[in-house]
Amino acid sequence: MCWPRSADEVAAAVRIARRHGRPFVARGSGTGLAGGATPLEDALVIVTTRMNRLLGVDPHARVAWVEPGLLNLDLSRAVSHLGLHYAPDPSSQQACTIGGNVATNAGGPHCLASGVTSAHVLALDVVLADGETARLGGLAPDSPGYDLRGCFVGSEGTMGIATRVAVRLMPDPPAVATMLCAFDSIDAAAATVTGTIAGGVLPAALEMMDARITAAVEDFVGAGYPRDAQAVLLVEVDGLDGGVAAQVDAVREIAKGHGASSVRIAADDAERALLWKGRKSAFGAIARIAPDYYLHDAVVPRTRLVEVLRRVYEIADAHELITMNVFHAGDGNLHPLIVFDRRDPGVWERVYDAGTEILTTCIAAGGVLTGEHGVGVEKRDLMPLQFSADDLDAQARLRDAFDPDGAANPLKVLPRGSRCGELQRVPEGAWI
Amino acid sequence: MDLTAGHVETLADTVARAGAVVAAGGRTQWEVGNPPHEAIEVHAPVGVVSYEPDDLTITVGAGTSFAELDSILAEHGQECALHPRDPAATVGGIVSCGLSGIRRLRHGPVRDHVLEVRFVTADGRTVKGGGPTVKNVTGYDIPRLFVGSFGTLGVLVQLTLRCRPRAACSQWFEADQPPDLFRAAAMLWDGRRVQILLEGNDADVNVQSAGLRACEPPRLPDGEHRGRISVPPGELAALAPALDALPGARWCAELGVGTVHVAADDAAVLVGARRAAHEHDGWLLREHGGDGIDGFGRPLPNAELMRRVKDAFDPTGKLAPGRLPL
Repeated sequence: MCWPRSADEVAAAVRIARRHGRPFVARGSGTGLAGGATPLEDALVIVTTRMNRLLGVDPHARVAWVEPGLLNLDLSRAVSHLGLHYAPDPSSQQACTIGGNVATNAGGPHCLASGVTSAHVLALDVVLADGETARLGGLAPDSPGYDLRGCFVGSEGTMGIATRVAVRLMPDPPAVATMLCAFDSIDAAAATVTGTIAGGVLPAALEMMDARITAAVEDFVGAGYPRDAQAVLLVEVDGLDGGVAAQVDAVREIAKGHGASSVRIAADDAERALLWKGRKSAFGAIARIAPDYYLHDAVVPRTRLVEVLRRVYEIADAHELITMNVFHAGDGNLHPLIVFDRRDPGVWERVYDAGTEILTTCIAAGGVLTGEHGVGVEKRDLMPLQFSADDLDAQARLRDAFDPDGAANPLKVLPRGSRCGELQRVPEGAWI
Repeated sequence: MDLTAGHVETLADTVARAGAVVAAGGRTQWEVGNPPHEAIEVHAPVGVVSYEPDDLTITVGAGTSFAELDSILAEHGQECALHPRDPAATVGGIVSCGLSGIRRLRHGPVRDHVLEVRFVTADGRTVKGGGPTVKNVTGYDIPRLFVGSFGTLGVLVQLTLRCRPRAACSQWFEADQPPDLFRAAAMLWDGRRVQILLEGNDADVNVQSAGLRACEPPRLPDGEHRGRISVPPGELAALAPALDALPGARWCAELGVGTVHVAADDAAVLVGARRAAHEHDGWLLREHGGDGIDGFGRPLPNAELMRRVKDAFDPTGKLAPGRLPL
């Protein structure tokens, strides 16, 4: 492992690794959930956490240059006095790095209206797999030729290491309203989500939590979530006063139309912050239920939420497992959690089987394998569920163009056999 | 429309056999960049494959015109914020050229609207990249790779796009100085006045337009010779005098974005505008006319890496040969 402090040191580390025939893998805070930063093939681990400076902010152009090890929340904190923020806000934003966000093309609740990381990265200085440096993208709106910046973001460290990132900052909205809607059934909450999007309302964030997770969060942080609801929706709308008021009315009406038992609007910033604290503490709160959990990440069309969620609970029941759901409902991004105790004999197999069944259900409903966590090693061998051999071949060609020797984060994202003509092998089990 | 039917198969067969092949759409952007060398022309399917208004996504044949797309979406009070200069442009052409419309300030570039692409490879296979959902990070971002690739990596046949609800109110205003407005949809500046597009709730547009004068929708500068400058938005103020110094140059800048539309009756203006763009950390893409002027004006950055990408997708260089200076 090494902890470079500069782009030059990253390039040197890559060249040294290559000279010794070793691959390399970049690592930020290690909060990734798909095993993207797990070193395979004796890879040199290049940790970027010491490159954590905010290099410069241009408040007029709303651009910040940052080093990859800067924490996501530290960036927003550093520019908040300018009335600006960095929009992608993963639940791990207190701990995760911008470099890791770039690698996974990270999302977060507020990506519903603002888009995920790729929509917020303007330019990248990178060290490529051969140790050479390049600037991808730029501060001009368009760059001539192929969008290499767009290819690099979300490539999970398989195209090189970002050493400087230019991110777009967003102006803070003048008006924000945060609502908590409670429902007597999961179906009603899910139908409200579908109805909201279909009704032409595009909230800044639209999150759903089921009864089990709501209770766990309530015990943990006391955010004032209703304990008697089967599901709650956390809805945030922002913008100008008129639009916010209209959207609050629309959401309230849609929720009531689907039988919401209560609709509460945060009275002030403190109450807003508390409601969000509950949402963002959800994963920590699970420790109160069971010692282990497996967090999934898949996306389905918003029109299919009701039926897919039903299936998720049925699948867990069939495997005698408990699932809890807290997720970015507004963009159809499910996060079924399976909670368990690893000391139970045979439980791992049931957890894996249920997970694979859930993902297969999501794909069958017109969904995708991952909405924001990435493929990493976790879903690598499930890629054929979503992509044909020819689709994977195209992706492998792109990856190989950046890194012909496969030295950057080897054995991630693409399953063996992705390249046409490559020896097809049966993967060793669906989950690594 | 069923894309598994004959059209795509025939197209794929043509591409596989051709020595050189180029996809033609509405021909509204044919001269953008470098026109292709002589090649067999293919045409992508036209029409809606599927439309999920309640999910805000639509899948269309790449040969579908923006005008048709827009009218279909309008029936459901929705839109896809691509807005090409000429609505006869096809969706495939808009994505291939990667030229964003003037509402980019609010709605983002073309690349943020494309969820899934299906294309025919140089050797005649049909491949998809991305996914149909509004959020997706599964695998490499093939859709973004194809935006602005000028048809040099594959022949686009189908695209899934992100839609949005049409704003209740949408109105143009003008002012002498750029006002500080939250989420204006567009702010165009020609050196004399600023034209502002406000979108949203009626009450909000009323409040925001206080002190502004209502005006007609703007017309981008036109002429026999046209180009598009891309500079960091902070450079626009410094670039403007350089453009004004070119006799006969007509220009209009997208404030906050950094795109400048330039037109003239004399090709020499494009050459001068390109020089000015280079001096301000930018470049000029030739869009129309300017015979004999290179489309891009300088070697592409990271050309070696781009060549490797090109070779990976099109080893014999048959797709839109000459389009990109690689």
